[in-house]
Amino acid sequence: MTALLALQLTLVVPLCGALLIALCGRWPNLREAMTLSTAGLLFYLVIQVFGAVERGGDEAAALYVELWQILPGLHIALHSEPLSILFALVASGLWIVTSVYSIGYMRANQEKRQTQFYVCFAVAIFAAMGVAFSANLLTLFLFYEVLTLSTYPLVAHKGDDKARAGARTYLGILLATSIGLFLPAMMWTYFVAGTLDFRSGGILEGNIGGIGATILLLMFMFGIGKAALIPVHRWLPAAMVAPTPVSALLHAVAVVKAGVFTIAKVVIYIFGLDFLVDVPHEVIAVYIAGFTIVVASILALRQTNIKRMLAYSTVSQLSYIVLAVLVLTPLSEIGAIVHIVAHAVAKITLFFAAGAIYIASKKTEINQLDGIGFRMPITMAAFAIAALSMIGVPPTGGFVSKWYMIAGAFQVDSYFVLVVLTLSTGLNAAYFLPIIFRAYFRKESVAPPKPHGEAPLPMVGAICVTALLTLLVFFLNGPLVAFEMAVLGVPR
Amino acid sequence: MLSHLPILQVIVPLLAAPACLLLDRARAAWLFACMASFISVVISGLLVFQVHQFGVLSYSLGGWDAPWGIEYRIDLLSAYVLLIVSGIGALMILAADTAIRIEIPSERQPLFYVLYLLCLAGLLGIVATGDIFNVFVFLEISSLATYALIAQGRDRRALWAAYQYLIVGTIGATFILIGIGFLYSLTGTLNMQDLANRLPALESSATAFTAFAFLMVGVCLKLALFPLHLWLPNAYAYAPSIVTAFLAATATKVAVYLLIRFHFSVFGVGFAASVLPLHSIFLVLGLVGVFVASLVAIQQPNVKRLFAYSSVAQIGYMIIGIGIGTVTGLQATLLHLFNHALMKGALFLALAAIVFRFGSADIRHFAGLGQRMPWTMAIIVIGGLSLIGVPGTVGFISKWYLILAAFERDWWPLIIAVLLGSLLAVIYIWRLIEVAYFREGEGESRGEAPLSLLIPTAILALANIYFGIDTRLPVYLSDSAAQMLFGGGP
Repeated sequence: MTALLALQLTLVVPLCGALLIALCGRWPNLREAMTLSTAGLLFYLVIQVFGAVERGGDEAAALYVELWQILPGLHIALHSEPLSILFALVASGLWIVTSVYSIGYMRANQEKRQTQFYVCFAVAIFAAMGVAFSANLLTLFLFYEVLTLSTYPLVAHKGDDKARAGARTYLGILLATSIGLFLPAMMWTYFVAGTLDFRSGGILEGNIGGIGATILLLMFMFGIGKAALIPVHRWLPAAMVAPTPVSALLHAVAVVKAGVFTIAKVVIYIFGLDFLVDVPHEVIAVYIAGFTIVVASILALRQTNIKRMLAYSTVSQLSYIVLAVLVLTPLSEIGAIVHIVAHAVAKITLFFAAGAIYIASKKTEINQLDGIGFRMPITMAAFAIAALSMIGVPPTGGFVSKWYMIAGAFQVDSYFVLVVLTLSTGLNAAYFLPIIFRAYFRKESVAPPKPHGEAPLPMVGAICVTALLTLLVFFLNGPLVAFEMAVLGVPR
Repeated sequence: MLSHLPILQVIVPLLAAPACLLLDRARAAWLFACMASFISVVISGLLVFQVHQFGVLSYSLGGWDAPWGIEYRIDLLSAYVLLIVSGIGALMILAADTAIRIEIPSERQPLFYVLYLLCLAGLLGIVATGDIFNVFVFLEISSLATYALIAQGRDRRALWAAYQYLIVGTIGATFILIGIGFLYSLTGTLNMQDLANRLPALESSATAFTAFAFLMVGVCLKLALFPLHLWLPNAYAYAPSIVTAFLAATATKVAVYLLIRFHFSVFGVGFAASVLPLHSIFLVLGLVGVFVASLVAIQQPNVKRLFAYSSVAQIGYMIIGIGIGTVTGLQATLLHLFNHALMKGALFLALAAIVFRFGSADIRHFAGLGQRMPWTMAIIVIGGLSLIGVPGTVGFISKWYLILAAFERDWWPLIIAVLLGSLLAVIYIWRLIEVAYFREGEGESRGEAPLSLLIPTAILALANIYFGIDTRLPVYLSDSAAQMLFGGGP
């Protein structure tokens, strides 16, 4: 199979999977088999594409296919480059793990409308693949919106008043920002540059000057609401009403990473690093990201619900990536890209752990966690590893990305970035360490009505895998960094 | 035969109407009306092809040459609008047999088809003719048929709505007639081409100016431009659902066509520009229309009314496109003409399916509809996305061109206003979706609409997506038509 065919199939396979899942709705075992085999096949395809990108040369350059022309100059086209393949690998790889986890979670919790759940999930992955492999901004926007719409039923899954309110905020903010800011920013870009293609070095240089470029940058930053910069972050805590597997894969990995991935794409391939350095007041964007990091961490500190705390932590961590992208030095870009992976595996572990705790003990609040480390040792060990990655302690992936970010900040002597990184590291420690402390060093205050151990096996297995991945990012950071250097145009 | 197509386009439905009256049996009348409508579609398809191949078609009625006899003149603009009207007309009649079953008593059903065909013939006639008095005649044919069609509604308020429309419509038609009279007394001709040749010399004449003003106001009444829209919500809400779907997708489009025809072809773009800032007026009224109508739509409990107000808002967008006053702006209007026919056709037909099941389109019937009528609701979602202007649907294409036109003029406030207008559409579409998908239904469960209703609706919904991705046909036609209108006479 050629890599180009594999690239196109990455969109076809999840869609067909969704159809098959819908058709097998009556037979849960068959349906789950469909989900798992679709996820496996998709990952295999992404690996095929990865192989071609990795080998480089003509084969990688040929990874471009124009599917359709909507209007002259507006194409739907697919392309794969190192940054997109990374996002695709993360999303499709973790889909397999999450599918295993979901099966345990949804069955143990006896959720309603499970078929709809798995169908929407597959469609969301289809959209994430589309976002990853978009060759231009229009294609990306299209899939970005499909991602919003396909995850809406997942957020509102419970169907009660709370879920409706959460889903309303979710859809409201994501649609309003994308239609109100992202879409016009895209049109503006097309109008001045005459194209929307992602090109290395950017397309805007010489086409837009001065303060206009600054406004355009801000429109993109806030228009891409999935990156959850304050004040458009509120959809993310609101989305926590969704079942935990959704929060884990979509609101810690696919959806939010689609947001920061889009920002990275816009900064690197639409603006271009060299051009953005000359844009006046570009540093405002850095301040906004820094502000989000600190404020979201403070908000996380004040949360009592585990999932909401994790959501605010995600808001903060996403802005690490945005901040690092905007520091505009090669090392900080690498830091941002590595953090996409490092945060994905660590945060999904944390959500998995939160879901496992909920399934095993029905506990959702932080102050109920006293002594839970003894009842659920594996889950809490994984939680601790992931929490250390959030803080940035070796040997976890979070350390690698933070290292590159700090190195990047030193390259331009940005003391603001250094202060923000230090401050937020302290805050991260302040909200994660007490949980670990509670879990291991405090006695259970009230015994649970029914004694419980670990959550069902598929869930525990999934948690172990993602926790191991968190460690692997640390140990295998060399090849990862070398591969991603290509994003910056550095030949390998 | 092929050279007679311009007149056949009008005469086929016009003659089919009395034939339906003779048939006197609902099913037979329906089949006959279907046949006539589909012949119309074929004719307009051929006309588009002929105009594309050979340029403007001129047809002298009865063999009398233009200044003396009536000329039928098909250029790209008329061919384009004819295709929209006849295409929608045929799809609607396909669904009509089922849709009117509960809304119109069976003894009056043959009459319905007579009126429907008369209305279709009138609308097609307005577009096909090149003679302004003939325009008036066909306008009256279609209007009278429309009043009667609206009055067929089951709700007694339909009578009142029809009466209201009768009064307003007659005022509009009278204004148009007065305008035509002035033009005739001034130039001595009724032929559009002759008028276009003679009017530039008479630009300073008060008579020509008065005629212009009368015609503009008259047409704006018919197309329900804010604030002359007050007849529309009632008429749409109380008419039989299929009539609403047909009118929303065709009648206002023909009125917009008439506005463009008078404004661009007969008088010329620059006519009276120094005295009457028509484009600024269009811009302001269009924008106010978008906002006011959308805000009112958000609060409507009856979904038919909701979409009726949304239609007023969408007409606002078309008028804004004209008001921008560039080729791209006009192209945006023409595209929206086509695209809005598709989206509102799909939405109102879906509502017809809901009325068929529940007896009314009140929003409380929407509770739990996502489970009960999944296909109908999916169609409403597609139509709604299109109305908002999400990429991948036809609505995006119209908005893209509208914003591009504003960009070309560097009119930033307009761009922002158009985008805010889209957000208002998000709100009212969303209200429906939320009720349909996230509220439990009550009472006995009723299933999906019959296929005879669902299939035409689905065709329209798919057309919303298809033409949002494959834009070649509408973009080519609207682009050439807009170029032609700015390039000179018809």
